[in-house]
Amino acid sequence: MAVTEAPPEPAQKGFLASSRLAGFILYGAGAKPGEPRIPFYRHTIFVRIAHWLNAGILLVMLMSGLQIFNAHPALYWGPQSNFTHPLLSLFAMQNNAGQVVSGVTQIGPWHFDTTGVLGASRLDGFMVARGFPAWATLPGPQWLAMGRVWHFFFAWLFVINGVLFAIYAFARGHIRDLAPNAHDLRNLPHEIVEHLKLQFPKGDAAKRYNALQKLAYFTVIFVLGPLVVLTGLTMSPTMDAAFPFLPWLFDGRQSARTIHFICAFSFVGFFVVHILMVVLSGTWNNLRSMITGRYEIERDGGAHA
Amino acid sequence: MPDRRNLLRGAAAAAGALTLSACKPVSQTQWVQNVLYTAEGLTRRAQRLFVGRHALAREYSKADIAPVFRANGTINPPTDDYQQHVKEGFAYWEVKVDGLVEHPLTLTLADLRKLPSRTQITRHDCVEGWSCIGEWTGVPLRTVLAMAKPKTNARYCVFHCADPMSDTDNDGVADDDFYYESLDLLEATHPQTLLAYDLNGKPLPVPYGAPVRLRAERQLGYKMAKYVERLELLESFAHIGGGKGGYWEDQGYNWYAGI
Repeated sequence: MAVTEAPPEPAQKGFLASSRLAGFILYGAGAKPGEPRIPFYRHTIFVRIAHWLNAGILLVMLMSGLQIFNAHPALYWGPQSNFTHPLLSLFAMQNNAGQVVSGVTQIGPWHFDTTGVLGASRLDGFMVARGFPAWATLPGPQWLAMGRVWHFFFAWLFVINGVLFAIYAFARGHIRDLAPNAHDLRNLPHEIVEHLKLQFPKGDAAKRYNALQKLAYFTVIFVLGPLVVLTGLTMSPTMDAAFPFLPWLFDGRQSARTIHFICAFSFVGFFVVHILMVVLSGTWNNLRSMITGRYEIERDGGAHA
Repeated sequence: MPDRRNLLRGAAAAAGALTLSACKPVSQTQWVQNVLYTAEGLTRRAQRLFVGRHALAREYSKADIAPVFRANGTINPPTDDYQQHVKEGFAYWEVKVDGLVEHPLTLTLADLRKLPSRTQITRHDCVEGWSCIGEWTGVPLRTVLAMAKPKTNARYCVFHCADPMSDTDNDGVADDDFYYESLDLLEATHPQTLLAYDLNGKPLPVPYGAPVRLRAERQLGYKMAKYVERLELLESFAHIGGGKGGYWEDQGYNWYAGI
């Protein structure tokens, strides 16, 4: 397949080019570092700024959210809290002397010993009862008031950044890059197999998001994002008074809180897969494309074979 | 003789303080806090813009009432004064209304019960994250305020309570600092804002704020002061307690608790 935009350039020379590890870090699994690559301007400055702002904001939102959750580390369904039957709870077991000895995670009828991480963990050398451990919360020690202040400030930034991105995506046609179409959906089974074989698109195909990428990005940005905001707003008693459809939509305030929690961990799940894919398909190439916009595409092997 | 063990203890405490300050310096930095707290004003203005003055909190049915309503915060004020009131069945409990009002009032519990009442089954949302539904009966606060006639410069209603808190003003005297809260007049005159005296059809039990507590259904639980004995109308609450408008606000919680 002919690529006309720019002449092929030789990639890194010398040791880096010959090292298999360097090839993996530069261009990912199965990459041939010595092969010429075509530079391609992948992400606009707007997308890059929104991306990195969002990454920082989500980290603060997650950690301050866990701090808030720790004030009452249990989840329920419906409008109110059925304290005797939470869907999930993190709690500590104490010995007769009142010392915390273990942490328990309860999910429905199941109980798991999660001492040291969930339910009970060390803070300043002492085992204490706390839902999530200090390293995962903002601030570290138990401090609900400050956790809320972080959360609500960054919630505004999250919404503003998200709304600006959505406006940009629709105004500049970026939404077409993100929204999966019928062709993508038909192609999905094939792409899943290709991804499992760690064979990533080359040539012109690498300039577009593939079906799996579109599905992941579109779902996270246009489903998970609004959902986490709406379930967050549903926890506000004033917002519930003004917009009764919010608690109606999520089957009550406590359900909204549970869905909010699931959304938070869906972001974590997305992050893990996202980082994995970045590493497998070329840490450096991907990272640079999100910093400077420059992405280097391998020629489509099939065209030359 | 300087005790070596004490010296070591002092050193350990100092090291601990240093470690602690290294662990959470960002959250304790004043300018960071100042920036982060600006979101509260933004949230309050935004909610006031989109939410009608009198938009009502949802009212539930009897079937929704929580079998056990959680009691939080003070559940039995330990003062001799309060315990005497408990013994007397609150027969001599009075709620004073003063400050920036044309007609200062002193209402006994019997006076309050004679006024037109409102009963509402609402959801109580605690800042910790849990919710409980209960049926509250009481006098709409706006009825009491209408009797007292706030002066035109009155902006806030401060609720003074009978439950002593720890030494919040750090004057070394414990138990002279009592729980207090405040609402602005918009929230204070909301139709569902009550001076409540019944819970689920029975006189308010002690753990829930007997004999009179505040209900402000569009706010979080800590705004709803229990054991209320005085309402003070003010232009500013800067000189009350820690100056932030409430016991928990003085500990860093947001004054606007609509969120």
